[in-house]
Amino acid sequence: MNMNDDDERRLVQLLADMNEDEGAALAKKMLLEDKVAPLRVLELCRAAMEIVGKRFEAQEYFLPELVLAGEMLDNIGKIAKPLITGGLGGDTNKLGRVLIGTVHGDLHDIGKNIVTFMLDINGFEVKDIGVDVPVQTFVDEIRAFKPDVVGLSGFLTLAFDSMKETIEAIDQAGVRSRIKIMIGGGQVDETVRAYTGADAFGVNAVEAVALGKKWMGATV
Amino acid sequence: MAETQDKPFLQLALQPPEGSPVKGVFEARWKRLMDCVEGRMPDRLPVALYATFWLAKYGGISLKELMYDYEKTKELAERATLELDPDVVAPNLTAGSVWGPSLEALDFKQLQWPGHGVGDRQPYQYLDREYMMGEEYEEFLFDPTAFYLRKYLPRIGGALEGFADMPYLPGMHYFRLISGLRGFARPQVREAFEKLFKAAEEAERMAAHNADFAGRITAKGYPRDAGSSTGAPYDVLADYFRGARGMMTDLFRRKDKLLALLDKMRIVLTRLTIDNARAVGHPVVMIPIHWAPDAFMSEKQFKEFYWPTFRQMMLEMIDAGLIPMPLWEADCTKRLEIIADIPSNKAIYWFERTDLVKAHEVLGNTVCLRGNLSPSLLTTGTPNDVDAAVRHLVEKVFNRGGRLLLDAAFGLPDETPVENARAMFAAARKYAG
Repeated sequence: MNMNDDDERRLVQLLADMNEDEGAALAKKMLLEDKVAPLRVLELCRAAMEIVGKRFEAQEYFLPELVLAGEMLDNIGKIAKPLITGGLGGDTNKLGRVLIGTVHGDLHDIGKNIVTFMLDINGFEVKDIGVDVPVQTFVDEIRAFKPDVVGLSGFLTLAFDSMKETIEAIDQAGVRSRIKIMIGGGQVDETVRAYTGADAFGVNAVEAVALGKKWMGATV
Repeated sequence: MAETQDKPFLQLALQPPEGSPVKGVFEARWKRLMDCVEGRMPDRLPVALYATFWLAKYGGISLKELMYDYEKTKELAERATLELDPDVVAPNLTAGSVWGPSLEALDFKQLQWPGHGVGDRQPYQYLDREYMMGEEYEEFLFDPTAFYLRKYLPRIGGALEGFADMPYLPGMHYFRLISGLRGFARPQVREAFEKLFKAAEEAERMAAHNADFAGRITAKGYPRDAGSSTGAPYDVLADYFRGARGMMTDLFRRKDKLLALLDKMRIVLTRLTIDNARAVGHPVVMIPIHWAPDAFMSEKQFKEFYWPTFRQMMLEMIDAGLIPMPLWEADCTKRLEIIADIPSNKAIYWFERTDLVKAHEVLGNTVCLRGNLSPSLLTTGTPNDVDAAVRHLVEKVFNRGGRLLLDAAFGLPDETPVENARAMFAAARKYAG
């Protein structure tokens, strides 16, 4: 993206480099004093998040950086969003829709949240339906949200059966043909993928993004 | 650490008496583990039985029953031990099951367990929350005991909420003691103490059942794999105080205070761990490791925040005659070179998902390895698949001089079909004596 001035370049740099205090102060100054358009500031944040995502893929950044990046983005968003007039604008350039949740019986969410964050900053429209999600809720949400990809997350070994049941229910509901299903988390591997009937599994958020892009026919 | 090499290990307090018919077999089993620890090849591959809620599957009962019924749990644990015939058995074969009554008495907030928050057939799950706020580092550092009493315990145990109003003890001297004592007369403080005593009595009952189980399996000739457990400073602070999100952002926002508290935690945990192990009379201390995996932080962060305090803690444990047994959860392949830096023949490294063949290449001369049949294989595979996986570890690790205690990745997964568990133990005997 084109940067218009030093402040814009600096904001992206500070956020990408995990320099939270200075980044937040600069964003606040741009929004409240310089009256930079809030949508522009959010665009700059997104550019910074793309750098964060690339550094995560390059294994230069790990979970702590992603979590801090997410919090920095949220905090700036809290200042910027009330200033927006005329709506957030349409997400016209999304790669595809992903529905994601932790399967029933399992309350774990760290991995799911990271995958959600990475899919989001890589251009997917992601709907996260939380943890301990009943089978029927997945089916209902698929009908309502019409995702291209469904991500089932689970940390416990009991999740193997929950994933299998969820995928069977999606099959039986007749909505499987329109979607691809990826699973991940904890102990998930090829054995579990075969057991559950998922289309693919991933061991981390980078693999989840790569799968999503492959399925959407995008360049990885 | 040269002097550490010569320190003897703490002796097992619980052993069959002289003249017992199982004395010989008990000693042979224990020697297999100690051979692995001390750098000798054992006469055959030792196998561990570690089960939490798998006992429910084994006994055909609900997880809730296992969580609350002491006698049934002991009976199933003993039956499984006798049937599978391991070399070592996890201390109470329960590792958190049968804790129901104690947790209930405490109104414990950090877990949901079968019969209390999750279904009767689901395992307990930890609730990741901020139990200590980011602004409370100074308070914790200044006076950990006061922080525990007045802030932490009331948050994690509903029964102890009244402790929030407990008087502050420093400053209670001379006549100030008399006026200060009045705070203990507050109804909410008294009530908290009364509930605490009840919870303590339940904890004593549970401990007595655990001791009874340990006695029963010792009398059958089976040593325990460990006598107590502890946590690494980083994990304890991340899991039980700051929560995942809080801890990960503290790496950036509160670096200096975090490092200071990690060091304080190290001192507290090391003392506690050594005292506990001596009280139990067993040298091996199980240490589940949660935040070390490759994906959880960079090498630089691991070297700065995780490893120094944990390494120091292990060195002091070793110096006290203990055998640290960290269970390195998830994949820790990138940490192998770093965590190799401890004295040789003094520890057991249990790996959950790290490839044991690779671990053996890096750590084979340093530690005894433990693990790690995959949970997906054990729960969804066939006995033949399990047999092949055991054979793989025997051929690629044990037969290449790897001192290995065979186990599943994190004990037997709850859903493991009984025939797969049987296959694991049978294959160990088939391929490695």
